[in-house]
Parts: sequence; C-alpha cells; structure tokens
Amino acid sequence: MGVLAHYLEEEGIPTTQISLIREHTEKIKPPRALWVPFELGRPFGVPGDADWQTRVLRAVLELLEASSGPVLADFPDDTPAATDEPAALACPVNFPAPITDLNDMERLGEALQNEVRELRSWYDLAVTKSGRTTVGASGLDPQAIGTFVGAFLGGGIPASPQDDIPALAMFKLAVEDLKAYYSEAVAAQPGQKTATGTTLTNWFWRETAAGKVLFALQALWKTSDDRNTRFLARVLMVPRTYAADSPYVEASA
Amino acid sequence: MVRLDQLEESFATALRNMAYPEFDNRPWVEGPPLDRRRVAIISTAGLHRRDDSPFTIQTSPSEEWPSDYRVIPGNSAANDLVMSHISPQFDRTGFQQDWNVVFPLDRLRELAQAGVIGSMADFHYSFMGATDARLMEPSARRLASLLKQDQVNGVVLVPV
Repeated sequence: MGVLAHYLEEEGIPTTQISLIREHTEKIKPPRALWVPFELGRPFGVPGDADWQTRVLRAVLELLEASSGPVLADFPDDTPAATDEPAALACPVNFPAPITDLNDMERLGEALQNEVRELRSWYDLAVTKSGRTTVGASGLDPQAIGTFVGAFLGGGIPASPQDDIPALAMFKLAVEDLKAYYSEAVAAQPGQKTATGTTLTNWFWRETAAGKVLFALQALWKTSDDRNTRFLARVLMVPRTYAADSPYVEASA
Repeated sequence: MVRLDQLEESFATALRNMAYPEFDNRPWVEGPPLDRRRVAIISTAGLHRRDDSPFTIQTSPSEEWPSDYRVIPGNSAANDLVMSHISPQFDRTGFQQDWNVVFPLDRLRELAQAGVIGSMADFHYSFMGATDARLMEPSARRLASLLKQDQVNGVVLVPV
C-alpha cells in the first residue's frame, strides 16, 4: 500500500492511507498513514457502524493537511469486543461417521452437494433481506459452484465453466464464492444476526462438509508435480490459523 | 488487533520477510484544505464490479500475477461489487455484512454532502494486494494521469 502511495506522489497526486500492519508502514514510510488496530479484512473497523467508519475515514483524510511528513498516526480506539456471541452454529449435514479417509471422496462430494442444497433457502432469504450478495466473482450460481468444486474430488481437473479462465483459477474463485455463500446463508439463521467473523469462520472450517472438501483437496494437491497446484494447496486454500484442523493431515504426511 | 507478533507464526514470518523496494527519495505533494479536495479511494482488496474480470491466480509459468486495477464508478452500490482477492488469510465476513468496512464509498459520499471534503471523484479503483507492489508501478503511474483528469487531489489508499 505504501509503495503505491510512493508512485502516486511521485506523479503529483497527494495520498493518505490506512495502515493495518504498522511494521510494514514503518519500513516503507509513505507520506501519510493512519495505523488502525483492526483485524485484517476490516480496515474501517466495524461493519454496520457508520459513525465508527466515518471517524476512521475523517482521521485518515485529515492527514492530508499535515504540514510535513512522513506522518504515521495511530487511531486511538480498538473495535469494541463482541458481547453478543450467538448460539453454536448448526452443521447443515450430519455425517453418519466422520469422513477422514482420502479414499472416501465420493461420500464427501455427496455431503457437499447436500449441504449446498440445504443452505439455499437461508441464502435466498439473506439476499432478499439485505438486497445484496458478495457471491459472484466466479459468475456461477451456488449449486454450480458446489458441483464444480466437488468435481475436483474425482482426482482430475474438470473443464472450466468459463472459456477465458483456466480451471484452477476458476476453482479459486469458486472456493471464495462458496465460503461467502455459506457465511451469508448461516448468518440468516435464527439467533445468528450477531455472529462474529470468528464464529462464522470457525464453523466453516471445523463443522462443514465444504471445509472438509477443501482440506481433502489441499492434502491431495500438496505434493502435486505442478508448481502452481502445489502453491494453491499450500498457500491459497486454507487460512494458516486453521491448517491444524485438517482431518487429512496424517493422510497427506 | 494486528501486530505481527499476534498473528499465526508462519503468516507473521511471511509478512515480516516481505520484500520492499528501497526508495532514495520521499515525495510529498501538498494540496488545498480538505473541504476543497476531490477525493478518490484506491483499495487493494481485489474489488471489482460484478460483471468485470476477476483477479485470478497464476495457473501456468507464462502468466503473471495480476498487477492491474479495476475501475469502480463513484455511483456504485453495495451489490455492484464483489471481491476476488486471492489470499485466504484475512476476514471477509465484515465485507459480506457491510462493504463500507472495506470500501467506504457511502461514508465518503456523506462527507462530500456535508462539505467536509470538496467532492467525491467520479471513479475509484482497486488493485489486488497479494501481488508484489513493485509490479504495480506501471499501472499506478498510468492511474495517476487518470486521477488528474478526474481533478483528484486527495487519494485514500486502503489495504485489506
């Protein structure tokens, strides 16, 4: 971010910026930066709190009037701690027995399709209520997303549903869409309106068949001969915080 | 709270070891008071209009990391934007609940209406921040002339 600021200022454009990782900003020294103590992914702090977001935006804008720099200011407040933790989220699909065998991918694929179907009415409700969805980067509808992601469990690389985007790149887009679909759907369920990001993310990676599908593909692709497939599996699929939750760690070792 | 020592260890190490260019100058451009500034937001969250091309991962050695940007018109609404940042390491549920937590176009519009800033730019932009920022240099320099055409004299850069 600070590097972009440097290029733009060199071209005569005044910049100010949010800093999420203070150590980076201290090294790059962009002209004006406001460090905020918020979670990665939330540079303006609190969803649904316009006053809070405006305070942050005004603070970062006001740095444009600094008389000299580089300026690295600190936003004084951290986001309020979540006080209204929701009830435990329900897993849409009950497994008769945990699927932890990489040879049992057919059953895992079926569980994924069932789960996507089960969540559909909650997702539709969420979209109707908010008038918005963040599912859409892949251009596929939710059922097609589930089918496409599940097809990789067969061991091969299925054809890309879009001619101009290679299958693995489509897979990555579909995975993020799938995660968004799950989060939006489950947040519409009773008692989940105030579910925190951590609750939703824990649920996805620890409770759902979709999470297990991604762990399984990660295990299968970690040792791929193809460099890009290996990189996808090792770096781009599973948040590092959840790596130890994979039921397939031993299987892939 | 994001301090490197509070993040998962291997992720913190990766961030700590990230390579940066060494600059031998410190450009500093000034402008008029805030209430006469025309402001654009530039995000690195990999945002784009729903029907625009997504940012995609490299799938063959001949492909390059996406170092270009997507255009976001100032009259965009929340449902117009989706995110195709390639990293799984940050929270996306905040953006799912409220786009302003990542890309505060509604808040900027309000500040323009209240006269806190002079005006809002006609166009805003997003890069995809997992790409090495040095590769974005040609796009960033071209973008600077577009910002000038839009009379922008204040840019808010927003990481994710």
